[in-house]
Amino acid sequence: MSTDPRLWGGTIRTGLVWGGVAVFLALVGMVEAFAGRQIVAGVISLGRSLLLLTGLAAGYQAAQRSAGGGPMLILSRAGLAGAVAGALLSALVLVGSALDLRQVLVNASPGLFSLLSFGQGVAGAYLTVLAAMAAGAAGGVASLLAARARGPLVTGLAGVLALGLFQELLDPVLRRSIVGSAIRGLLFADNGLSLPGAFATFLLAGGMSALWTDRKAAARRWLLTLPASRRLGLRLLALGLGVSVLLLLPLAAGPFLSTVLVLVGLYTLMGLGLNLEVGLAGLLDLGFVAFFAIGAYTAGLLTSTGDLAIANLSFWGAVPVAVVVSLIAGVILGVPVLGIRGDYLAIATLGFGEITRLLFLSDFLRPWLGGSQGVLGIPKPTIGGLELKGPEHLFYVTLVSSALVAYIAIRLRDSRLGRAWMALREDEDVAEAMGINLVNVKLLAYGLGAAFAGVSGAIFAVLVGSVFPHSFQLLISINVLALIIVGGIGSMPGVVVGSLFLVGLPELLREFAEFRFLVYGAALVLMMQLRPEGLWPAAAISRELHAADEMVRSREATRLTDAPPTDG
Amino acid sequence: MSSEESEQRDTTKDEEEKAMKRGTAPQSFGIWLLLMMVSFSFASLPAAAQAPVTDPVGVVKLAKGEPLTIAYWFVVAGPDASLGIDTRRGVEIAIEDKGGKVLGHPIKLIGEDSGCNAEGGVTAATKLAANPAIVAAIGSNCSSEAVPGAPILWRAGIVTVSPSNTAPKLTAPDRGPTFDGYVRTAHNDKVQGRVAAEFVRKVLKVSKAATIHDGSPYAEGLAGVFAETFKKLGGTITSQEAIAPTDTDMRPVLTKIGAGKPALIYYPIFIAAGGHVTRQAKEVAGVGKVKLMGADGMFSPDFMKAAGDAAVGMYHSSPDLSPEALGPAYKTFVDKHQKKYGEKPLSAFHPHAYDAALMVFAAIEKVAKKDAAGNTYIGRKALRDALYATKGFKGLTGTLTCDKYGDCADPKIAVYQTESADPAKWEPGKNPRKIYP
Amino acid sequence: MRQRWFQKLSLVDLLLWAFRAGVLLLVIWGTIGTLSAGTYSGETWIDLVVFGLSQGSVYALIALGYTMVYGILRMINFAHGEVFMSGAYTAYFVADALARAGHLNRNPILSLLLILAVSMVTSTAVALLLERIAYRPLRRAPRLVPLIAAIGASFFLQYAFRGLYGSGFKAYPEAEILKGKWTIAGIEILRTQAVVLVASVLMMLGLYIFVMRTKMGTAMRAVSEDMEVAALMGINVDRVIVITFGVGAAMAGAAGMLYALVFKQVHFFMGFVPGIKAFTAAVLGGIGNIPGAMLGGLFLGVVESVGPILFLDGLGIVAPYQLKDVIAFTMLVMVLIFRPSGILGERLVVKKA
Repeated sequence: MSTDPRLWGGTIRTGLVWGGVAVFLALVGMVEAFAGRQIVAGVISLGRSLLLLTGLAAGYQAAQRSAGGGPMLILSRAGLAGAVAGALLSALVLVGSALDLRQVLVNASPGLFSLLSFGQGVAGAYLTVLAAMAAGAAGGVASLLAARARGPLVTGLAGVLALGLFQELLDPVLRRSIVGSAIRGLLFADNGLSLPGAFATFLLAGGMSALWTDRKAAARRWLLTLPASRRLGLRLLALGLGVSVLLLLPLAAGPFLSTVLVLVGLYTLMGLGLNLEVGLAGLLDLGFVAFFAIGAYTAGLLTSTGDLAIANLSFWGAVPVAVVVSLIAGVILGVPVLGIRGDYLAIATLGFGEITRLLFLSDFLRPWLGGSQGVLGIPKPTIGGLELKGPEHLFYVTLVSSALVAYIAIRLRDSRLGRAWMALREDEDVAEAMGINLVNVKLLAYGLGAAFAGVSGAIFAVLVGSVFPHSFQLLISINVLALIIVGGIGSMPGVVVGSLFLVGLPELLREFAEFRFLVYGAALVLMMQLRPEGLWPAAAISRELHAADEMVRSREATRLTDAPPTDG
Repeated sequence: MSSEESEQRDTTKDEEEKAMKRGTAPQSFGIWLLLMMVSFSFASLPAAAQAPVTDPVGVVKLAKGEPLTIAYWFVVAGPDASLGIDTRRGVEIAIEDKGGKVLGHPIKLIGEDSGCNAEGGVTAATKLAANPAIVAAIGSNCSSEAVPGAPILWRAGIVTVSPSNTAPKLTAPDRGPTFDGYVRTAHNDKVQGRVAAEFVRKVLKVSKAATIHDGSPYAEGLAGVFAETFKKLGGTITSQEAIAPTDTDMRPVLTKIGAGKPALIYYPIFIAAGGHVTRQAKEVAGVGKVKLMGADGMFSPDFMKAAGDAAVGMYHSSPDLSPEALGPAYKTFVDKHQKKYGEKPLSAFHPHAYDAALMVFAAIEKVAKKDAAGNTYIGRKALRDALYATKGFKGLTGTLTCDKYGDCADPKIAVYQTESADPAKWEPGKNPRKIYP
Repeated sequence: MRQRWFQKLSLVDLLLWAFRAGVLLLVIWGTIGTLSAGTYSGETWIDLVVFGLSQGSVYALIALGYTMVYGILRMINFAHGEVFMSGAYTAYFVADALARAGHLNRNPILSLLLILAVSMVTSTAVALLLERIAYRPLRRAPRLVPLIAAIGASFFLQYAFRGLYGSGFKAYPEAEILKGKWTIAGIEILRTQAVVLVASVLMMLGLYIFVMRTKMGTAMRAVSEDMEVAALMGINVDRVIVITFGVGAAMAGAAGMLYALVFKQVHFFMGFVPGIKAFTAAVLGGIGNIPGAMLGGLFLGVVESVGPILFLDGLGIVAPYQLKDVIAFTMLVMVLIFRPSGILGERLVVKKA
């Protein structure tokens, strides 16, 4: 048994850190804003769940850090950490009731304090401490459980939380069919999950997780014993299933989810393009939105039936033009930055993105481009007399273009040009010495990357039906860059995963608008720490990264990987 | 919850389209699954509601005590968030003033961020459109959101009332039937820009003026209408400048304006940039004595803070919020706001949002029918028609009467002059003092 | 190396020269057009330059922090603009309280110093937390990884402060002592502008002396040249990095307070655009180079102020100030074409490759 006083100090510190997190969540407004959002109707709101989670985390972490002690010691440490966190919260209540914190902190409202003290005001401050202590102890219990039991428990709770969180999304989807309506009636109350629904979800998610941990190894062994031909068959079946699910997705999901999927597809297209520049050729580009905008404006102006119409082309006629115009724009913008390297390139390209947006916005070009009033009256594409008007239909357009572009991207990567790009990424001077024409290769990277973004822009124009310069902010360039890094730089599947994560998820959480960017920012920071190689890294990159790690570790020196192979 | 015909109609239409698609789509190896899905969807049509109310667009049925859902789509995130939060608070206070209930149903407010850009408008509107429980929507904030968004909502039978779209085209006669479900309580730029120009030309007798806009459709439109009317009235526009809303140093652009020697600058922009222009105008040689005039985008106590003493003497065109026109209503509203949120209104369109919400509630009360079991039925087309038929509605922004294109704002635009820049003395009508008409 | 590169590629050479010539031609044509029209008097031009210098000195102040962190870590700290915001925004509450109590006008110097101190301390605290939580674990990661983390941190800080302090903006009180103008050598300059200009020069000099003359500065330069070797020489690399971040952030905090004195408004988004501009200024001057950041900032400010009228007005382009960033970024690209590592070059670090 360890009764080292330093360990107790560590426990208190853990409690203080998590208490600080809880206070931050409260003061930033999340607790009160989410209090109206029930996870389980009448039992717990999203706001309280957040506080509960910090308490659990405090207890769990404190328990983990005191591993080696007896269960009672561990539990008491966990409880203490929770209580300390709770004490911070109740201190907030006390201070808030005595002083008018709202002069400075707008969210320190009476409503918040009443929520924190369970409606009891200052007199209820001890309740906060007790509740947090209980949560901490629960976290401690979780840490004592064997991993086999903890996994399903956590999955079950996560399932409840996820279902509660996404209920407004699921609701209209489930309503679309009789079976769905029945499920909906079972699971949901007016506001949040019903109690039986929550239990069912918990059991189902937890059970599935338990089953999976139990059988994972066995299933893998079984797969390995199969003859190669049958394994191939299984793989084809899985592929076929995957493709059919993709094809059916918009029909099942309804217009909103389809819109989100189209947006994910558009960002995937852009990501594939930027991947050629950054991932393969190592040319950092923070102004990629320029080509998206050029594609959108070209398609918009060519197809528009409004005041700015110039050609009245159909969508199918406008897309190739948009691609060619974007490609040319990519090459033209590539020329001045040919000799610029590394981080200088970042700011120079960022400048191009802004220049493009400002020109589209400007009063100067307004007679041709519409200025701030945008290009209106862009008709939807038609196939054989059928108008592709809903996002469900445009989803297929996006899907087909993404597949096509991904195919081209893969062929490019494996081509001579692709190898030249990678050589360029590794070392410009060596690449040149090996006889690679830097100019052609760089300009092709810019041009082809831009062309992909042009496709994306053209689809965007018909999806929205109007093009405004305000749609082409720097944020888009940043988002595309972030998604290829989060997905795994240089990796094609990574682009899809990245855009699902950074575009799809925030769209689904649109109703939490005010906190979307807060969570998005925190998630980016966290992701980079947990998986710097990305969610779905390209095999080669992952290997290199870890090889570099080994090297560094063997040298036992803090070292900045200055120009690593994956460097932009 | 509610079941409704409009959904059924839409689904049927979808089926037709899918069937057509089946005929023309290229051979795909998932096509049989598609067929299966189509037949499954047919089987899954919800039973038709036996409503005592029929409506060509659809009927929302609320069981007794079930919440009545109203949705907002405002820009509540990002750099323009104060506009959206301001309007959302207007709606929230309207709900409170209504006692949280309409016809015995508690009002449930849900909402989406619309981002002040076109694609944000599309996603927000699509998400709301997918929710059949929504009776009516309030939004959007930026005209670029409404252009693609309002038709999406109306396709789902949801009528939307905008508190801050001012672009003329949204209620122009040639806007097309897709905007049939669109109404606004904000002032059409045409109305406000014209009044402002008339005031400057006829009352102030100014013959040379300059304009500044910030690249937003609102400011650009308003400045454009002002310039056009001003020229028609025989005035000269010395220059039409533009800035970015994030600019802080306005002195160069003011210097350029000064070279044309205008007697007045009209800059219908928002608080932050407007504050910079107002302050810095006093610091630039050649502009120091020029008269300044803004519009409703910065008609708020926050502007007094932003501009400081430089605001004294400047003019604003804005809806008539003076006590003579409204009674003490607006002051009461601001007090409630202070109490509820711990601060003064953030922007200028909260009264429009407040009116929009109350107008919607009034229209719902007009068209809703109850059956013996206490269920409430609201016809969607009827609701839309009732909103369009709004007449003489007493709101915070004046007496609202909708025309046949959905413009409901009181055409009475007043011009104010600021006498004290102390935000605590903010009391529209007295300070800034109403001087026209 | 580069010389040979260009000699071989005559086509690109040609294209680049065409680009340079095109921009120069437009600039000259526009300038002649503007000047020959004679709309603007000599005093107007002087005013514009003075405005540009004062705006530029704010850019320069923020750029100093950017450039320091870059010089040591070779990392673009995208969240630097938010560090700047956090100080200015927090100090508002102190400034407001002082103004209400009347101290701001009774003891102006003391009050302003107090506000400055609060701003600098807050910014430093935020930056150190940022370094500890977000950046330190990534020191060995590929270079784009910290960039993304920095972008994430930038969003997080913006919206955290928005949540804490609200989404509206706050107006800084005015100190009587800083109202009005001074006339120096016949040129009228606002007191606030003069203060900012002088402060930025002083801070630049202080920073330069700190980096060039003190022991810690020597350690910083050593770390910037080669982190490993510096560690072998007994330099505590972690400490040097923390101090670099701290000093850069304190500069940002001071810049934030001065910015608030000039422009009077603070809000959660105020750091973003100045942050980008400061980054541009740092690159213009030669990133990692302290006098370069100063020069880059002033140059950018003057280009933004004078450029639109001088170059565009003469071409008959309407609303030229809408396009001021177009001019700024075009100038940036022009500078980078002629001098690929900025006006003064990267002096703090050895050039790679």
